[in-house]
Amino acid sequence: MDFEYTREEEAFRQEVRDFLDENLPPREQRGSDFMENWLARVREKRWVGFSWPREVGGGGGDIMSQVILKEEMAARRAPPLGTCMMGLAWVGPGIIQYGTDEQKARFIPDILDSKYHWCTGYSEPNVGSDLAALQCKALRDGDHYVINGTKIWTTLAPIASWISMLVRTDNFGSEEAKHEGITALLVKLDAPGIEIRPIENMAGQRAFAQIFFDNVRVPVANRLGDEGKGWAVTISSLANERSSIGEVTAMYSKLESLKELVRRTTRNGKPLSDKPSVRRELARFEAKIEAMRLNGLRYLTRQIRGQPLSSETSVNKLHRADLEVEMGDFAVSILGQAGNQTRRQEGAVDNGSWAADALGWPSVVIGGGTPNIQKNIIAERILKLPKD
Amino acid sequence: MNFGFTEEQELLREQVRKFLEERCPTSTVRSIMNSDAGYSSEHWSQMAALGWLGLMIDESHEGVGLGWIDLIVVLEEMGRSLCPTPFVSHCLTASTLCELGNEEQKKTCLPGLASGDTIGTIAVLDIPDDPIADNLTLQASADPGGIILTGTKPFVTDAGSADLFLVAYRHANKPGLAIVRRQDDGVSASSTATMDLTKRTGTLTLENVKVPAAQLIPMTEAQLIRLLDKGVVAVTAEMVGAAEAIIEMTTSYARERIQFGHPIGKYQGVKHRLAEMYVDVESFKSLAYFAAWCVDEDPDQLPRAASLAKAYASDAFAQMGIDGVQLHGAIGFTQEYDIQLYLKRSKWARPMFGDADYHYERVAALTL
Ligand SMILES: Cc1cc2nc3c(=O)[nH]c(=O)nc-3n(C[C@H](O)[C@H](O)[C@H](O)COP(=O)(O)OP(=O)(O)OC[C@H]3O[C@@H](n4cnc5c(N)ncnc54)[C@H](O)[C@@H]3O)c2cc1C
Repeated sequence: MDFEYTREEEAFRQEVRDFLDENLPPREQRGSDFMENWLARVREKRWVGFSWPREVGGGGGDIMSQVILKEEMAARRAPPLGTCMMGLAWVGPGIIQYGTDEQKARFIPDILDSKYHWCTGYSEPNVGSDLAALQCKALRDGDHYVINGTKIWTTLAPIASWISMLVRTDNFGSEEAKHEGITALLVKLDAPGIEIRPIENMAGQRAFAQIFFDNVRVPVANRLGDEGKGWAVTISSLANERSSIGEVTAMYSKLESLKELVRRTTRNGKPLSDKPSVRRELARFEAKIEAMRLNGLRYLTRQIRGQPLSSETSVNKLHRADLEVEMGDFAVSILGQAGNQTRRQEGAVDNGSWAADALGWPSVVIGGGTPNIQKNIIAERILKLPKD
Repeated sequence: MNFGFTEEQELLREQVRKFLEERCPTSTVRSIMNSDAGYSSEHWSQMAALGWLGLMIDESHEGVGLGWIDLIVVLEEMGRSLCPTPFVSHCLTASTLCELGNEEQKKTCLPGLASGDTIGTIAVLDIPDDPIADNLTLQASADPGGIILTGTKPFVTDAGSADLFLVAYRHANKPGLAIVRRQDDGVSASSTATMDLTKRTGTLTLENVKVPAAQLIPMTEAQLIRLLDKGVVAVTAEMVGAAEAIIEMTTSYARERIQFGHPIGKYQGVKHRLAEMYVDVESFKSLAYFAAWCVDEDPDQLPRAASLAKAYASDAFAQMGIDGVQLHGAIGFTQEYDIQLYLKRSKWARPMFGDADYHYERVAALTL
């Protein structure tokens, strides 16, 4: 057991730090062209698609260096390495693993260059946690598929150019064989027959939408993987969303801002940082975040040693979901009525950012598979309890 | 970066687990815990022969010369089996002597501890339970060539079986440890069984005990706290193994017990609670491993790391003890069924070297 880094790893960490010193000025000194320059500079470094093979334009980086990169970026609250978030997170990895050479050449460079947004079309009005029961259908017509149906909660749909979606091409209405007959398609969102209706969430944002497909024709060449085998494509590309290292650093910095808040806030004339319940709660957050960090390192070690993981990542997902809710709510709960002020109110504490935090958790808690589903995964795959 | 055990450590784990499965199944645990001694001298000499009693004692003093990361592998397995043994106390004694004793003291004490001929324990706090320096109050009085100790130490783990005590005292405003033997004049130790019969505690009474200077180990407040932090780590490592045993017993029961036509493990009220237990144990296990690593490799980080681990474990393990019984139904409430032994262990472990309230507050004091 050791928590040291090799000399090469330390050198890489230093390289990232030097890069950030040079290219990440404090917020108030950033000009209007900052983001454009940032994206170009990280692209030059080949840090976008860091772990992707070099042949497709990625960085070919190993796991440890990726962890270091994420850690350093999160510690400095650096902007993302690209704006094509879903492309970088799983659409790209899916195309690299299952795509044809033509698809790789067509899509991967654009993802790396943040040319446009991708969105992900899995959920439907009647299909959420039980994703394999999806109904949106696509029938073959010559060298095209014709899609009819609807997708919902599609994040980024209002601004995206492409959607990576799952459709049913076979086994309609079959509960037993629902995992078969699902096909993955890459669809351009300006195709005739597509209508996108944004949905406002409780925080007042219109980041997701419902999409309607009315006889939308998609070339067969845009199919990802084999017909009817879309389930496997989905499972393995979602598996790319693994290491929680970057998240841990971000949660530590959130914890720091909560500590800073309780030090400068008084109640009945005394700082909140003196209040036992406040102190205990913050320390409890710290124990969970530190546990996430160390769980992550333990699982990472197993990965590096080539020992297969089961569904251990659900452990940190559950912690993350709890913390997202608890930490998001903590500030508003200790601030009393002032905590409920939003940014629309003049003089709101910290510009109403705490109230916004208290409304942001569903993206993490519901969006990435609900806690109940994570618990089923642990109970069934790790503890080998019967399926329900 | 490598947060995993070596092949040797995994082999050690295998060895300990196999030994305990064969020699200390719960039927044996029960007969030992109901005996007067509260531990098995047969196990003790076997453990000595396997080198576990001298695990952390260096080779020049007839030990094996391993460290805390190796030790927690053994402790985890001891916790899993509930083996009644003064092992934890013994290891804390040996580790403290190795670290703070002078060469003469090491030469006289360590070989006996390594061979198991001597059983050691520590008697530190006069006021239970929070492991803070202020709770050491025993004042020594001066004596030509040494000190005199008069007082009682409450809740001394394994007081009844120990031959050698490291007794903490204060003299001239400084803390110290006195090496005291059971047979020394004025020393008496009682043994009592509490709720968890697999762990014995007792009172150490000292009446005009003369301790010569050669038997005194001077110590700083920081060293005192470090000694207590080692206790925190050792107890938490045992909690990891015991908590895993609760999950194992309860999941296998949940796979077999049929109600409403299905194994109860199919129902989410049961399976989700088990999944939550898994999340908790994975987490305080990681925290405990890291704290153990800090003991030898990064002492500055030890206070925070040890407190995070024990705080998390104290709350989580106590709840697991209760829910383990509850998820078994009435059978879990019976004396005959083993799950209740783990509930009792969770009660024992919770306050040992500080409960969750204490350790969370300590984290807050360190970081807020
Ligand atoms: C902010 C946000 C962004 C999203 N972005 C996208 C996106 O970009 N693309 C996309 O396709 N989808 C997206 N989603 C949808 C998301 O994947 C689903 O919300 C999620 O899978 C849950 O499905 P559902 O909302 O239909 O809830 P349901 O599955 O209907 O669940 C409702 C409740 O029932 C519980 N439940 C369901 N099944 C079980 C069970 N077997 N056992 C116990 N409890 C159960 C759930 O835990 C939940 O509490 C997004 C959601 C959110 C909130």
